[in-house]
Amino acid sequence: MKTATLPSLKTAAHDVVIVGGGAAGLRAAMACAETSAALSVALVSKVYPMRSHTVAAEGGAAAVFGADDSLELHAFDTIRGSDYLADQDAVEAFVAEAPGEIIRLEHWGCPWSREANGRLAVRPFGGMSVKRTVFATDKTGFHLLHTLFQTSLKHESIQRYDEFFVSRLLVEDDRCWGVTAIDLRSGEVWCITAKAVILCTGGAGRMYPFTTNGAIKTGDGMALAYRAGVPLEDMEFVQYHPTGLPGTGILMTEAARGEGGYLVNREGRRFLEDYIPAKMELGPRDILSRAITDEMAAGRAFEGPYGAYVHLDLRHLGEETVERRLPFVRELARDYLGIDPVREPIPVRPVVHYMMGGVETDLLGRTRLPGLYAAGETACVSINGANRLGSNSLSECLVFGARAGRQAAEDALDTPRSAPGSVARLAEAEQRRLRSEYLEKVGGGQRVAAIRRQLQTAMERGAGIYRTEESLEEAARELRRLRDSARDLTLDDRDQTFNTELVAALELENMLDVAEAVVRSALERRESRGAHTRRDHPARDDERFGRHSLAFADVEGARIEYGEVSITGWPPIERTY
Amino acid sequence: MSEQTKMLRVARYRPERAPTPYFDEYEVPYADDTVVLDALNHIKDDIDGSLSFRWSCRMGVCGSCGMMVNGEPRLTCSAFLREFPAQSAIVVEPLQYFPVIRDLVVDMSDFLDKLKEVKPWLIRAEEKAVEAGEYLQTPEEIDVYTQFSGCINCMLCYSACPVVGEDPEFLGPAAIALAYRYNLDSRDEGRGERREVLEQETGIWDCTFVGACTEVCPKDVDPAAAIQRSKVDAAKHGLQALVWPFGGRA
Repeated sequence: MKTATLPSLKTAAHDVVIVGGGAAGLRAAMACAETSAALSVALVSKVYPMRSHTVAAEGGAAAVFGADDSLELHAFDTIRGSDYLADQDAVEAFVAEAPGEIIRLEHWGCPWSREANGRLAVRPFGGMSVKRTVFATDKTGFHLLHTLFQTSLKHESIQRYDEFFVSRLLVEDDRCWGVTAIDLRSGEVWCITAKAVILCTGGAGRMYPFTTNGAIKTGDGMALAYRAGVPLEDMEFVQYHPTGLPGTGILMTEAARGEGGYLVNREGRRFLEDYIPAKMELGPRDILSRAITDEMAAGRAFEGPYGAYVHLDLRHLGEETVERRLPFVRELARDYLGIDPVREPIPVRPVVHYMMGGVETDLLGRTRLPGLYAAGETACVSINGANRLGSNSLSECLVFGARAGRQAAEDALDTPRSAPGSVARLAEAEQRRLRSEYLEKVGGGQRVAAIRRQLQTAMERGAGIYRTEESLEEAARELRRLRDSARDLTLDDRDQTFNTELVAALELENMLDVAEAVVRSALERRESRGAHTRRDHPARDDERFGRHSLAFADVEGARIEYGEVSITGWPPIERTY
Repeated sequence: MSEQTKMLRVARYRPERAPTPYFDEYEVPYADDTVVLDALNHIKDDIDGSLSFRWSCRMGVCGSCGMMVNGEPRLTCSAFLREFPAQSAIVVEPLQYFPVIRDLVVDMSDFLDKLKEVKPWLIRAEEKAVEAGEYLQTPEEIDVYTQFSGCINCMLCYSACPVVGEDPEFLGPAAIALAYRYNLDSRDEGRGERREVLEQETGIWDCTFVGACTEVCPKDVDPAAAIQRSKVDAAKHGLQALVWPFGGRA
């Protein structure tokens, strides 16, 4: 193919670049703007911010408000839920700041559901010993995201780059100086420099075939950091939500059980009495997802066109409770299954929902690469350890989005020099790569979707709810094969204008990197803890594995090291409910 | 599952290759639970990777996948193939009244500007400190504005609105509904600040009350009611301003 002269690179300079416009990214942007209106903040997102996947969160956000509650209790529940892998200093900071963040969102207009006296209402959630989940009916993420986005519009210092796909970090002199991004509308490549870059791109559920996650959740920020030499922490811990719709993976919120819903097997029995009788439907997600899988294996589940499932039964709650507290669940069940949960039980199965692991950060959102920060699901602070409790993640986005934003803003103010001119060369190199590997590539013949499907199958088979050395080795082999295939990717689409096939190829590249970190971390962790269940190593082993895994990108694939867990007040004991 | 198929007639626009839009036809397999978005993904994944469209959540809340399906603005993630007559092709086009960027992708940047114009945030003379706790708001006070807070910005109402078709400057159903949502919020004191933009020439008075916005809204937001009630509020305020020219409040 001809070596056409490259179109000139577009450039922009800001103080802080935030990648991702969901709850964490928007909260970080607002924190920057509040720290100093003089700071120029770029909010770069591959979708319009209100499309971000925060929008699909349903059940609520955890924070201590009740008279029967305490910060210590929220911390303990979180640490116990994490199977003692959460960093306890991070958890303490988290529980202390979560209530303030919830109030701040209230002041910004979030329509939190209320008690009759006008105060914030709280509902029960899995693994939480008292009611501490604030909510906006069962559209909490939707309201949270739109409130944040709408409120962000008043800050003139926040400049949005809507529908820009970040494909590389600009790293020079051991520091991150910005990003290379494709303007999807024009296809132009931008070199956007900054003194601080915050990754807030969410998780990577799309590595799996059945997930509650939207199409956009492809581990972009995780892969960007990983390729820049920053480790991904605790990647083996992949959360399956117990109740997704078979086939589509559409989320049926945990709030359905918080409000009193039952899980029932084919025998019509609330089978959780065999697994976690003290908590039943309000047990933590890892335990419930395993229980459902065991019921399926024992032949006590229903069979449908998309495989085995159990029932989520809300009939006894009555129409008024369902309508008032769970209107979205009702709407989704009606629209997608033709079922009214007031009259019929809902078929559900465990589906991939959340990555406990992510980009290693400290309590202020800083990674070990100066100038690079991360917050939200992309990051691993870690408050979630081996298993996240439902409703901690929205609060995490707020608390650590704000922390990362403030820190990045302060660091940017303290950084006298701006990006070296040489970073433009890095952006140009990326522009050439995008052309030679995708837009002007000849030969090949592999399709993006075909490789993506094989990746999803490999992950579900090898790195699902139950894992073994064998299943993980098989997944690792398959990933190596797919990586080779991906070198032969060929795009049908060579256009500059809104090339979504190019985006899908870059997302696949990201998912392959992140999947490698997941599988390698899972192989090395020869114990069972939280959401990571090894049939060949069924017990928890604090001696050897009471540590965080750290996956580094290496020529041979992921290299695993370990880091210490912060223990402040809760020495690891057996996790019982 | 049965291997029944349907034809999809999909509008294409690739400005780098052809100056005008055209149609491509694709035969897609479908089952009882296949939605138009699934069919588009089947085309993109297995037949023609060059087809461009937006989507993400596939559960009717991210608002990305609005398109014209057989001439009606729909969220394609909840438009089931089984709904459409077997004999003729299902026609999928970009949302009407928007400039088209590529294939089924429309330019909605104008809406983002309109959104900002209505000041969709809480406006208060005095803001409470976080430490002082929440503003109280009873469930009844929430009920007053809940319906108008459900907008997912999917743009179906703009595509259904003949006024938008005639006058692209019209603020439009979703933006007005959102302004109304904040006006109704017991915590908000910004009604006066929003009045100017709502009552401008291209604001609420542009609406001829066709009601198509409310009909197509997938979230039952009822923008038509928001606009009509805003007109009543504006008329009242105008009247009060006449009666009490110096102390008129609404």
